[in-house]
Amino acid sequence: MSSEAKIRNYILENYLFTDDESALDSADSFLDKGILDSTGILEVIYFLEDEFEIKVEDTEMVPENLDSVNNIVSFIERKRQ
Amino acid sequence: MHALAERYENEIINFDRDKEVERICETMRNIMRSKLRRRGVVVAVSGGIDSSVSAALAVTAFGAKKAFFIQLPEVDSAEDTQSRGSQLIEHLGVEHTTHNIAATLDAIGCYDARDEAIIKTFPEYTDGWKNKIVIKGGLNGQVNHFMLVVQDPHGQMHEKRLDLREYLQIVAATNYKQRIRKSIEYYHADRLNYAVIGTPNRLEYDQGFFVKNGDGSADLKPIAHLYKTQVYALAKHLGLPESICNAIPTTDTYSLPQGQDEFYFALPYQEMDKALWAHNVGASASDLASMLKISEEQAKFVFQDIDNKRKTTHYLHAKPYLIDSIPELGL
Repeated sequence: MSSEAKIRNYILENYLFTDDESALDSADSFLDKGILDSTGILEVIYFLEDEFEIKVEDTEMVPENLDSVNNIVSFIERKRQ
Repeated sequence: MHALAERYENEIINFDRDKEVERICETMRNIMRSKLRRRGVVVAVSGGIDSSVSAALAVTAFGAKKAFFIQLPEVDSAEDTQSRGSQLIEHLGVEHTTHNIAATLDAIGCYDARDEAIIKTFPEYTDGWKNKIVIKGGLNGQVNHFMLVVQDPHGQMHEKRLDLREYLQIVAATNYKQRIRKSIEYYHADRLNYAVIGTPNRLEYDQGFFVKNGDGSADLKPIAHLYKTQVYALAKHLGLPESICNAIPTTDTYSLPQGQDEFYFALPYQEMDKALWAHNVGASASDLASMLKISEEQAKFVFQDIDNKRKTTHYLHAKPYLIDSIPELGL
């Protein structure tokens, strides 16, 4: 499964309680759309660290890295380089 | 003076104290008469500024004979806050009781659950060590996250970022403190046919700095509309003891001294009051930056942090959601 699919599934299953793919656009801002609050973002960080075996540093905990599926996919790709 | 700072001075600092006390007390009596129909009030007195002013307002509104105060210390309560609470009770001359909740908290597993999560972060943590949680991120545009700070018996401080599961467990465990306290407040309220007074100021209430079904639970919250700066002003106006008027706000929940701004708010309360007020009156980030002497970017982050906290804590204010409305009850 691609990184994007894993992240999308995680959000759909845990925060939107659906398997309807159309419920989430990969560009949707989690915070602006009210999908996640700040505790939800911490949950996502916990998931990313566990699933992708990365360490998210304090300075990386910014919306540009974490606030949409697309942002997370790019962030993980940068972390893996 | 900057126009925004001048407006803050006029509207928030220089408010008419006599008129405000009169308005609050009249409204409290009206609510008791028309809504609550209880014959007096219970106030848990912590020794902090908010519960002290709420307690004094309750006595002004209803008289000392219609109030009952409770002190609810536990092992992490600081001695000076307890002693300030006692001074307040003596000053107001109200019937009171002290109920140390440490044994209850111990029996329910509060301290064990908290320590289990701390030990996962600092395996060497044991008896004689102290702890607190510190928030980071809001002022830098980062997602708020939490550091665990511990002090070893030699006084050496250690700090690590908390993993989410441990953070949630520590907060869940310490929330027992506020929830047990509230159970005891309602025991006395039920016994006396009194109402329970909640004591959040506007900053705490707006930003969700309370425990649902803990300190967030009450029948009447007389200072929830007042900025913390105004609560301090009322403490002086009501002639409360100096030690209370000058008390530095702490959470009094963790064994290390912990400022509220360390645990929850991006800035100390004097500045948070200004930021919240500025946001409420629609001021720009650049105006707030000049007022607080911070960068415009930081001011933008502070506004964002206020909005984020409102969103994150909205459910704390909410009544339980129903599938259908029940119009007969107005719900």
